[in-house]
Amino acid sequence: MKQVAVSFDDQVDMMVEQALPSGGSVQKTDPEELRLVERLRSGDEAAFASLVDRHHNSLLRMAMAHVSDRSVAEEVVQDTWIGVLEGLDRFQGRSSLKTWIFSILFHKAKTRGVRESRHVSFSPLGASADEFEAPAVDPSRFRTSGHWAGYWASYPQPWDENTPEKLLLSKESCTFLEKAIQALPPNLRQIIILRDVEGLSSGETCKILGISETNQHVRLHRARSRVRRALEQYMEGGARPA
Amino acid sequence: MTREEIKIYVLDYLAGRMTCKEFVEIITDYLEGTMTFWERIRFHLHLGLCFGCRVYLRQTQQTIQTVGRLPREPVPPAVREQLLKRFRNWKTQ
Repeated sequence: MKQVAVSFDDQVDMMVEQALPSGGSVQKTDPEELRLVERLRSGDEAAFASLVDRHHNSLLRMAMAHVSDRSVAEEVVQDTWIGVLEGLDRFQGRSSLKTWIFSILFHKAKTRGVRESRHVSFSPLGASADEFEAPAVDPSRFRTSGHWAGYWASYPQPWDENTPEKLLLSKESCTFLEKAIQALPPNLRQIIILRDVEGLSSGETCKILGISETNQHVRLHRARSRVRRALEQYMEGGARPA
Repeated sequence: MTREEIKIYVLDYLAGRMTCKEFVEIITDYLEGTMTFWERIRFHLHLGLCFGCRVYLRQTQQTIQTVGRLPREPVPPAVREQLLKRFRNWKTQ
């Protein structure tokens, strides 16, 4: 059993490392990360705890995009952490630690999802037309006739400059945003988690999910547009949770 | 043609005949830095002329900033403890 897991992780390593450029100038490893890896290798429990605290939630949400229930998703995340520990000695820092961890999760979640036949398809054919064709903004927000057809019928309302700070201070609005992200279709949710929650680059995101730049770009656009729209409704008081 | 109409046409031409409907669809290209030089110029011209699109761009940026700073839910203590136990076992192996 263990043997299987190790060879699987080797495959993930190879895939990630082959996909990433190995030239010196584009190397991802920052010294701080290498120190963290060193601490993990030497068995520093606090280092591992901080890594768990940092990524556990996003890993869980990513897993939830592939498997139907939370307990299965939790198992996938546990498996991922075990995979991380087992693979740590072979981690060479050619991808960032984060990219590597999320790649392991993605492969484990996908395998598990296939078994549960709830695998999220990443081909454009498998995605619903809605995801690719739905406009970023409700068409009724624009004028439909005259010289100014396609221009705003009424302008969006400007938000205060410190809107992010205000939203982040309120438990209610954080919960609202979390829910808005959860409400996205899995394909879009994964992109926004990797790009905007975890702050990974588009290149890293493509490598983790095995998708093209174009595909990633379209999904990111849809995901951000929908979250902005949800937030706009919330700001205008239309969608405040009860 | 009235003066006002001429002004509208000139502005429209300068703005690359970009509508707001188009603007909101290419905003990610702008934020991702994947626009060509000329696309960026068209984008900026429209941005400079259109209050609604300036608001829209700002809202999008604020949304991204907020999502990126959402507080992390604490890992359930039981799960955390179990993982740390795994780590200790791994360490002694």
